[in-house]
Amino acid sequence: MLAADGTPLKASLGRALRRQKIRALALIAPLLLFVLLTFVVPIVSMLFRSVENQIVSGTLPGTVVALESWDAGSGGIPSEDVFQNLFFDMFNAAEAKEHTKLGTRLNYENTGLASMFRTSGRSMDDVGEVFQDAIEDVDDQFEDGAFWFAMMNGAGGEDLLRERLERWVDLTGDDMRGDVGFVPSAEIVELLPTTAAAYTDFAIWTAIEDEDVVAEEDPWEAVYAALVVDLENPATGTAIAAYEGEGAEALQAIAAAEMPKADFTAAFADLDEDWANTDVWKTIEVYSSAYTTGYFLNSVDRELTPDGVELRPDNERLYIKLFGRTMWMSMIITLSCIILGYPVAWLLANLPMKSANVLMILVLLPFWTSLLVRTSAWKVLLQQQGVINELLVWLGFVDDANRLILMNNSTGTIIAMTHILLPFMILPLYSVMKTINPTYLRAAKSLGATNITAFRRVYFPQSVPGIGAGSILVFILAIGYYITPEIVGGTDGVFISNRIAYHISRSLNWGLAAALGTILLVLVLALYWVYDQIVGIDNVKLG
Amino acid sequence: MSITTPNTPRPDLITFTMPLTALLAAMFGFVGGNMIGQPWYGALIGAIIGAAVAFIVENNLSRRTAVRWGLIGAFAVAGFIFGNLGTAISGAIVGAVLGWAGYWLATGKYRAGVPVYYTAGQTLWHNAFLLICGFIFFFLIAPLFPVMWLSFNAQDFFTFTPEMLNFQAEGYSLKHYRDFLGTDEWMVPLKNSLIIAPIATVISVSLGTLAAVGLSQSHVPGRRAMMAILISPMIVPLIISATGMFFFYAPLGNWLEATLGLSQTFVGFVKVILAHAVLGIPFVIITVTATLVGFDNSLTRAAASMGSAPLPTFFKVQMPLIMPGVISGALFAFITSFDEVVVVLFVGSAQQQTLPWQMFTGLREQISPTILAAATVLVVMSILLLTTVELLRRRSERLRGLSPA
Repeated sequence: MLAADGTPLKASLGRALRRQKIRALALIAPLLLFVLLTFVVPIVSMLFRSVENQIVSGTLPGTVVALESWDAGSGGIPSEDVFQNLFFDMFNAAEAKEHTKLGTRLNYENTGLASMFRTSGRSMDDVGEVFQDAIEDVDDQFEDGAFWFAMMNGAGGEDLLRERLERWVDLTGDDMRGDVGFVPSAEIVELLPTTAAAYTDFAIWTAIEDEDVVAEEDPWEAVYAALVVDLENPATGTAIAAYEGEGAEALQAIAAAEMPKADFTAAFADLDEDWANTDVWKTIEVYSSAYTTGYFLNSVDRELTPDGVELRPDNERLYIKLFGRTMWMSMIITLSCIILGYPVAWLLANLPMKSANVLMILVLLPFWTSLLVRTSAWKVLLQQQGVINELLVWLGFVDDANRLILMNNSTGTIIAMTHILLPFMILPLYSVMKTINPTYLRAAKSLGATNITAFRRVYFPQSVPGIGAGSILVFILAIGYYITPEIVGGTDGVFISNRIAYHISRSLNWGLAAALGTILLVLVLALYWVYDQIVGIDNVKLG
Repeated sequence: MSITTPNTPRPDLITFTMPLTALLAAMFGFVGGNMIGQPWYGALIGAIIGAAVAFIVENNLSRRTAVRWGLIGAFAVAGFIFGNLGTAISGAIVGAVLGWAGYWLATGKYRAGVPVYYTAGQTLWHNAFLLICGFIFFFLIAPLFPVMWLSFNAQDFFTFTPEMLNFQAEGYSLKHYRDFLGTDEWMVPLKNSLIIAPIATVISVSLGTLAAVGLSQSHVPGRRAMMAILISPMIVPLIISATGMFFFYAPLGNWLEATLGLSQTFVGFVKVILAHAVLGIPFVIITVTATLVGFDNSLTRAAASMGSAPLPTFFKVQMPLIMPGVISGALFAFITSFDEVVVVLFVGSAQQQTLPWQMFTGLREQISPTILAAATVLVVMSILLLTTVELLRRRSERLRGLSPA
């Protein structure tokens, strides 16, 4: 069979259908893209943040690598090599003022680490100064930045430069773009690897962050320490003797002189005795991977210890209780909404249209009124000097000295939220009840059912879908409420949302906030799916 | 709904009207007596007064209005003698209720809503049910009134002063409204709200209407999944949306400032507007798709058959018919943005402080009753919006009645 233009009808119909589909998709595409970009992507980025943990490996890159050879089970502290790496990592971190962030992060897992990192970072200069003084005493050319630059600068060390740049990017989160004006010479990299790395770090920071000329600045104390570390290697001594490049004489003089011993293990133990504590090192090792389940474990009151997952100490358990309370109070609120909403919906569905419309306004007015207005209304009503207490005292039912405490506890949250969410129960119930034929009830009664039986066996089962729709809607909205519990909930009546907000804006533990948010999101999406199965999202009605 | 008979025999005074009126009055008496610490004497006196009221009503059935006003007046005067203006008003209310209840019982009107075959118990249940519903409606609406009343407080308190309760003029003032309208502290947030909400509404309405038109066509692949994504901003708790946006929009804003050289304030507004626009989208989608369900597609086909291109057809045929849905979706989107506080708290900075934000900080720290003045203004606004939506709904129903669906 052919269509008017001579093509087979089937192909022609197929083409028309395809065109229709494309047109529909083209209409939807801009919005879908908009929602994906402004809503879905941010939420996915939150999920990512709940497991992200680059801060340890970003701040202490060398230490983390060196720590891999440490056996946590041995009971001993890590080797000198780890402490040496820790010194150079901490020195850079302290220059970039990133060490306190790491301390704050690790403090979530092991209390006391924040102050340890803060004080140690401050003292890194002092640790390196010992070596600087010793070197400068031997040859004062080393006091001069230009001398250092001439010795270190050259060509062929681009690989080292690139590697150190990447470390700075990981450490600071900046893109570190710009001209360093310095390339380590291949010869020096070969001869003094630690010194070359430390000097490159100094050069990058000086040129890009401080925007100074590298040759005009005196190197950091860490560079002198690195030189001493290099010289402790017996092979370096012989290599320096054969070295003929820039500053060869000065280097040979240093190599011949007596230098203080580079013992970073002792230096760190002097700064804070906890550095010699294996538990601290176990914490660092456990959180050195780039992704962690730590935030999620914290969200369910557990923690990742070197011995595996354990329950947190009693006084730090908070979140399971809070999740439980959020669920429990949301259920109470949903139940009160059913109890209060059902009669009203029944009345609205069974009254003549004209009076039902008038009464409907009484339901819709609070629905349309600002949430903050309703919350402030409940604050006015519920507080100790509030309308309800005043009225009860005036009528003599409550003693003036023993006013009811209706606010800043769970009672306040439940009352206010029941009021706020009630329209969300009444509206779906009403739209279901509207479709129930009233003659069924009359038929049941005419066949001899009592009022109660007729309601229980005939009317109620038909209204169950409405109860389901309303309950899920109210429960979903209640479980994520923030404003009302924050204002009338005090400490006993707050929800998990309030804790999330607290971690975002006060404690700044964003990873934990993201993990708590993710758990809440999973709960809500599961309910959303159930709602979609029962009611269908197309059937959501407003007003 | 139900059949009422004009011939229902009037209830008996001694066995019905008098005991019930006395019971009601005894309850009032109990409460009133409780105020002076003598609830049971109060109840007894109340019962006697109630019986007297029933007797008066029974003998003056035809002079209904006069008797009811008389009762209101008498109780108000009695209240004033025993107390102040507050008790006088309470007295007037008690008088009005008693008078109404007396006639309601004595004339048999309490059976007006039920079928004749109902037993006394069923009638009692029916009326009790209405009373319960009345209380629930009261619970829904009443909390808004103390807010409006208190916003005229002359003091800087969140509570009623004795002067207010005694209706003395010095207890009232418009100073909180002057604070609201006259200070930058409130006018700047209001201005910000009035910048953010309309722009966000325009974005969500234009994109949302287009998508709703697309979604309501017959063959859309993956319709359910797309619908689920588009509705999700309404379902996902605001705190989670806010957290996600907080993490995502901050670097986005920095990037905009750094690469395009836009000012921080402007970027801040852009972030908040985008966030609010996406929150308003589900409402637009829901209302517009609901209107499109009743849209008769043969109208567009008719337009096409007469040579109209798709675009003019959309604007001249489809758009006017779905306009009520679009406008009520726009109102929802507007109120969502205008009322939103969690996301703006997280995404915005001090330059984007909106009215709800200002109210929220005020409520948390309890600074001044100016919040209540702002709240009253918002209540009035929501009444206006509700009226608009209601009128639009009626118009939509009327239009739908004309076009065969």
